[in-house]
Amino acid sequence: MAGRQSARLERKKFFSDPVLIGMIAVLLVFLALFILYPLLMLLVDSFYAEGRLTLDIFRRVLSLQRFQTAFTNTLALGLITGLASTALGLLFAYVEVYVKLRTRFLEKLFSLVSMLPVVSPPFVLSLSMIMLFGRSGLITRSILGIYDANIYGLKGIAIVQTLTFFPVCYLMLKGLLKNIDPSLEEATRDMGAGRWKVFTSVTLPLLLPGLGNAFLVTFIESVADFANPMLIGGSYDTLATTIYLQVTGAYDSTGAAAMAVVLLSLTVVLFLIQKYYLEKKTAATLTGKASRARMLIGDKSVTRPLTVLCGLVAGFVLLMYIMVPFGALFTLWGRDYSLSLKWFRYVFKTSGIKAFKDSFMLSLIAAPITALLSMVISYLVVKKDFRSKGFIEFVSMLAMAVPGTVLGIGYIRGYANGLFRTGVMSGLYGTGLILIIVFVVRSLPTGTRSGISALYQIDKSIEESAYDMGAGSGRVFMTVTLPLIKDSFFSGLVTAFVRSITAISAIILLVTPDFLLITCQINEQAEKGNYGVACAYATILIAITYGAVLLMNALMKQFGTSRRIKEAA
Amino acid sequence: MEEQKKGVRLENISKIYTDPKTGKEFYAVEDITLDIQPGTFVTLLGPSGCGKTTTLRMIAGFESPDRGEIYLGGEAINSLTPNKRDTAMVFQSYALLPHYNVFDNVAYGLKIRKLPREEIRRRVLDILKLVEMEGMESRMTNQLSGGQQQRVALARALVLEPGVLLFDEPLSNLDAKLRVTMRTEIRKIQQKVGITAIYVTHDQSEAMSISDKIIIMHKGRVEQVGTPREIYYHPTSRFVADFIGETNFVPAKIVSAAGEKAVIDVAGRRLEVNNFAHGRPGEEAALVIRPEAAALAEEGLLEAEVTLSTFMGSHQYYQALVGSMEVQITDYNPMGRRIYEAGEKAWLDFDTRGVYIL
Repeated sequence: MAGRQSARLERKKFFSDPVLIGMIAVLLVFLALFILYPLLMLLVDSFYAEGRLTLDIFRRVLSLQRFQTAFTNTLALGLITGLASTALGLLFAYVEVYVKLRTRFLEKLFSLVSMLPVVSPPFVLSLSMIMLFGRSGLITRSILGIYDANIYGLKGIAIVQTLTFFPVCYLMLKGLLKNIDPSLEEATRDMGAGRWKVFTSVTLPLLLPGLGNAFLVTFIESVADFANPMLIGGSYDTLATTIYLQVTGAYDSTGAAAMAVVLLSLTVVLFLIQKYYLEKKTAATLTGKASRARMLIGDKSVTRPLTVLCGLVAGFVLLMYIMVPFGALFTLWGRDYSLSLKWFRYVFKTSGIKAFKDSFMLSLIAAPITALLSMVISYLVVKKDFRSKGFIEFVSMLAMAVPGTVLGIGYIRGYANGLFRTGVMSGLYGTGLILIIVFVVRSLPTGTRSGISALYQIDKSIEESAYDMGAGSGRVFMTVTLPLIKDSFFSGLVTAFVRSITAISAIILLVTPDFLLITCQINEQAEKGNYGVACAYATILIAITYGAVLLMNALMKQFGTSRRIKEAA
Repeated sequence: MEEQKKGVRLENISKIYTDPKTGKEFYAVEDITLDIQPGTFVTLLGPSGCGKTTTLRMIAGFESPDRGEIYLGGEAINSLTPNKRDTAMVFQSYALLPHYNVFDNVAYGLKIRKLPREEIRRRVLDILKLVEMEGMESRMTNQLSGGQQQRVALARALVLEPGVLLFDEPLSNLDAKLRVTMRTEIRKIQQKVGITAIYVTHDQSEAMSISDKIIIMHKGRVEQVGTPREIYYHPTSRFVADFIGETNFVPAKIVSAAGEKAVIDVAGRRLEVNNFAHGRPGEEAALVIRPEAAALAEEGLLEAEVTLSTFMGSHQYYQALVGSMEVQITDYNPMGRRIYEAGEKAWLDFDTRGVYIL
């Protein structure tokens, strides 16, 4: 229609705001350099050799027996873990939302069990699984007297991953179930349907896209998981571990790059389906808020078996976590169950102090950067309109779909010899800075997602009013936006810290002897069979992360003005 | 503050939006030219979707026009961002900063202008006194009632002494009674300060009671500009007549026309009426009769049959058929006059000087 004078004017207004331009420029450079570029280098590596485009590398890798097994293994594992986690998550969510629980105790237990995987390193369950059911396991050997128990392999990983990831499904599905209007179910019951019929004809169909969503999210998590298959996989190799071994064992980094491209394609495709198809469908079927409280099921024939089942699972998970400190306190696992502090002493006498210091410092630096960066991204995505916005949103969310191992290989290929192998920025490789950057990139998507949902709650006109009174973009962000999403910022801060200090998959490929990290120490000691030492490290790590979460809650109570406002509104 | 007030001029302003569903472009605002005199209170009035808020937001700088230029006090401001414009806006949702108290909300803009502490303090307290919020400086905004929040929002805009004050349906979140109080208050303060004000609303009684001038908008275009009295008594289009107040349209035919008068044929009778819209002889026209300007009587100008008669307290409300047209009549304070019942025949009577054709 018109020559779009408005577009020209918007551009002019946009360029008269240097702070905004600065923010966007910094972000674009950061995302391009530390997310897109390393992934691009993997593509280059696997399609380009001796100066020309080629499929040779792929042909070689695809014909590797080891790769083929790893590929089918990965898919099988993802499928099992995905299905099992979704089912278990649904069970817990259903019991919480629909069933009258006898005691507050069970509710507390549920919320504890759903929080534990968040604050613990990703592989502690593998540790305790081995200690309970392994060759010298507490249950298998000491109680049942089985001497050749084998928990390693598919079943071990599947169990551990399911127990680690089902809380994610539980939280997702709980939210959805709460949004189902109870009158829908009451209406079907009124028309003569039994409880089971209501569940299969109303609840389940409404929940179906949500279940698909939960399945894919855990599938991606399982496929990308590195630490658990590493510890408890035995000879069952997945893509993530095979890539790692290809670099560290076979010194074949182009082969590893090609494998990484396969793994990346897998997770990205799943991620795109999940994000752009299922998430929309879920939102479309379950939009309304429940009109009023639901009549909980009090029928004993339903409540008893369900509560017992959930109680057993929750109890088991709890037992697994309790095993960790005990693993550190027992003199010699499998033989001498007397208590002693010798493993802790050992940790502090060897490299313990340095490991804690390094892990702590690097995570402490990474956390505020991550939190601030994700809030800036959220602000730009939700409140501003500019051309590269889609790119920023997409890349920062894409990072969620990139498995840590893939990112690690990308950094090796991208930075070991400098940018595009020119030597530019080659000083970065092997430093603490690159570890910090990896921490930031790995936690950015979670922070951004929570920031975005927090910002959507804020009336647009509040920022507009500040703008109208004369504040520029930077000032609006610092004096209005950030204070209003303080909760989200604080929780982003702590989540980033916890995720960083417990991270291993990308880090293990990039860490140099200059830095000792707790997670790498746990991995190393567990590989050697020194479970006492591994547990001592893990115990202290859990204590740190749990302390961080407690600190956050305390801080939010103290300074949580934004919460006060929400309550009063 | 007197020298602060500025005029606003919109020159051939258009704004094009794209329908997100169909991808089609349409004019949200089409070719508007307006001259708003310094110190006047002007209202943009129209049904929802008429482009009034878009126009206001273009003046504030939140939207950019696709054609035309906006001038504030003679200066072209198209390419200025909202924070660089000498405008201040009162938002529909008040948009008070929830993490600041009343004082800090009002002081926000002054702090950005880096005024000395003492001056900020003095000006904030002065303005809070003006809006009758003194002593509330340290309250958090969520401890205020809707009306009080409204006052703070007004104070926050006024304290900046802007060239023009913009209001985006500021009273729509208040209950009916408070709305009436607040609108008189806003008008009083505006007159006291002498500032230019542009006010957006869809409530015609609000517009009537508050404005020096009303700009009626419809489908992105300006339908009519005039004082409340002109708009009510001399609407230039059927839309305006219909939108402002209650109106009866009785079909008529123009027999002859001279100046602002015309002789028409309505239901077989010839009447001489006002002809502001300059209808020509032979044309079809509608005779516009406000319900309160007509009465039922034993004898009158047009024959009518009462179809509904309802007692409304302040008035008796009738519906009657004139020919095949249904007409509404409101008879205020009907004591001592005859009340007609449904089914009765009567005459519709009115002063021909008070009616007009469109």
